[in-house]
Amino acid sequence: MPALAISPTNFVLLASVLFAIGLFGALTRKNAIAVLMCIELMLNAVNINLIAFSRFVTPQLFTGQIFAIFVITVAAAEVGVGLAIIINIYRHRLSVNLDDFDWLKW
Amino acid sequence: MYHAWLVPLLPALSFAVISLLTKQWKWLSATISIGAMVSGFIIAAFIAVGVLQHPGLINHPLVYSLRWLSMPGFKVDAGILLDPLSAMMLFMVTLVASLIQIYSLGYMRGEKGFSVFFAYMSLFGASMLLLVAASNLLELFVAWEGVGVCSYMLIGFYNHKISAREAAKKAFVTTRIGDTGLLLGLLSLQLIFGTLNIADLAQKIPQFQNIPLLITVAVLFFLGPVGKSGQFPLHVWLPDAMEGPTPVSALIHAATMVVAGVYLVGRMLFMFASVPPVMELVAWVGGFTAIFAASIAITQREIKRILAYSTISQIGYMMLGLGVGSLSAGFFHLWTHAFFKALMFLGAGSVLIGLHHKADVWEMGGLIKKMPITAVTFVVGGLAISGIPPFAGFWSKGDILDATLASGHTVLFVIGSFTAFLTAFYIWRMIFLCFFGKENPENHPQESPLVMTIPLMILALFSTVAGLIGTPWWDVWGRYIHFGTYVPPVANWPLMIGDTLLGALGIYAAYLFYCKDREKTKALAARQWFGGRLYDVLYHKYYLDELYMWFNHSMVDGVARLMYLFDIYVVDGIVNGVGAFTVAAGEGLRVFQTGRLQNYALVFFLGVLAVGVLLAFTGPHATLFLGGVR
Repeated sequence: MPALAISPTNFVLLASVLFAIGLFGALTRKNAIAVLMCIELMLNAVNINLIAFSRFVTPQLFTGQIFAIFVITVAAAEVGVGLAIIINIYRHRLSVNLDDFDWLKW
Repeated sequence: MYHAWLVPLLPALSFAVISLLTKQWKWLSATISIGAMVSGFIIAAFIAVGVLQHPGLINHPLVYSLRWLSMPGFKVDAGILLDPLSAMMLFMVTLVASLIQIYSLGYMRGEKGFSVFFAYMSLFGASMLLLVAASNLLELFVAWEGVGVCSYMLIGFYNHKISAREAAKKAFVTTRIGDTGLLLGLLSLQLIFGTLNIADLAQKIPQFQNIPLLITVAVLFFLGPVGKSGQFPLHVWLPDAMEGPTPVSALIHAATMVVAGVYLVGRMLFMFASVPPVMELVAWVGGFTAIFAASIAITQREIKRILAYSTISQIGYMMLGLGVGSLSAGFFHLWTHAFFKALMFLGAGSVLIGLHHKADVWEMGGLIKKMPITAVTFVVGGLAISGIPPFAGFWSKGDILDATLASGHTVLFVIGSFTAFLTAFYIWRMIFLCFFGKENPENHPQESPLVMTIPLMILALFSTVAGLIGTPWWDVWGRYIHFGTYVPPVANWPLMIGDTLLGALGIYAAYLFYCKDREKTKALAARQWFGGRLYDVLYHKYYLDELYMWFNHSMVDGVARLMYLFDIYVVDGIVNGVGAFTVAAGEGLRVFQTGRLQNYALVFFLGVLAVGVLLAFTGPHATLFLGGVR
């Protein structure tokens, strides 16, 4: 282990800050693309946690890393679908404002 | 004898082939149907010969069967039971059914649904043959219902006529009342004895000690035959069944359907004989039905209706014979009756064809000149049913009256004898009105084709000689078909002479009223003298139909109306209430569906937070709330 040891706490702190920023953005931003980006932030916060705990708890296994790769893959697919939906909505409505996207209610 | 299973199977196959494949080719269908029934007759004839050669079958019937159903505690073997009784029935049913089908070639010529008619006739025959040959009561019940369904389809064959449809429904519903009792009886037998095999029951029932229980079962059981065989008070469907084509009436009345009930009682006589009160009931129902129906028959005007009431009356005789304990006499009458009643029905059909379906006997007359074969064969039938020796009816009716007297039922004997007089009277009233006397100038009758008259002649032959196998001097019948130990019959001369005189007296009275007296003034005067009221009561069949209709309208409809209200307000109320609740719940909950994505996301987040908090503060117990596995 290097001299300048980074403790697990640092990782958890970084991840929670990242998650909080992402959550705040996802709940408050009106721009749908910004919301998607915020969701990516939240997912990456989780990834950091996964890798950090894998590194400290079971260094000989790669479970967390593999999990993180899965999360990235799924996130990429999800963003692809989400962007496609948003682009389609934009073509019909000329808007990416989430407040305009309320026609799925009764 | 081991090929008896073919006898019911052939007509059943013919039904399948006709209805699935050859419906379009009329004559091919008819040929298949007749061919199957005639082949069945040939096999049945060989079976009969085989049974005659093996007297051991009388007490130990030949049974062979397959496992049909098998469940823990409930096994049903379906198969064939052969003894002289079933062999005789197979022979008689196939013979009469074959003749009737051949006759139908002529009668049904040019009718719509010619092939379908033959298909139904085949199925009817198949059901009856299975019923006769069944070794198991459940199997018998299936065939019993098959007979019911076929009669429904055939009575309602002219389904463009409202009256035919009504009659079919009436027949089905009325017999169903009896069938319910029969089914309950079957269930009780299965529960009590654990088997429905007739041979096993014959071993177990006579040893059964709980007499009141057995009485209940037997009475329930008897309801089935009362419905099917048209005994009082469930006889009302039988006269209406005349709505079907005449060959159907002949088949229903002579060979199938109505004799099914008699056959069932005879088959289960070991059960009835164990409970004397039920035997009394059978005898009295039979005796009462006999005189009751005969008295109605005197006043009826339609030729087929007279014959229908005559059938009810004669079936009553059979029940009387069984009820006084004589299997031999009851079935002897069934055997002879099949021939002369089929003969008379087919003769009536021939008359109806000749007169273009004019059925009122008062509008006929003098037909003997134009339709000699029909008339002569009909007269043979009339002599047979009136009990004039040596025709068939004399021997069988004599046997029944003899058995009744011998068993000490004097009242029933008097009723039976008086009925014999009435029978001769009403049958000959019909014959004189139809075939003798003045010709009605409106009618232009002509003799029916050979295809119809040949069956008539064959049946006339059987009506003449069928009784000779059961005379006191040469009693083949009684030796093979009897219940308990065989007692050789003794010629009872006073009774035989008395029977003949009663029959002759009936014929003479009919002659006086309806033939000698050309204008029928005496008949009309007698009708007046009897009092218009009595005549009306008889003519309207004791108003039983009206009574049933009243019961139907007041009671059944009343209950139905109550049920209707219950349905509307309670059942529908519950259903509508559930619906209304769902709608209201949706109204309340829909305010939460804002359609705003970020609201939903916030709720998700709060939910996850709540789960997290719960996990953090309650430790492992949290999984209880969250539905996890402990």
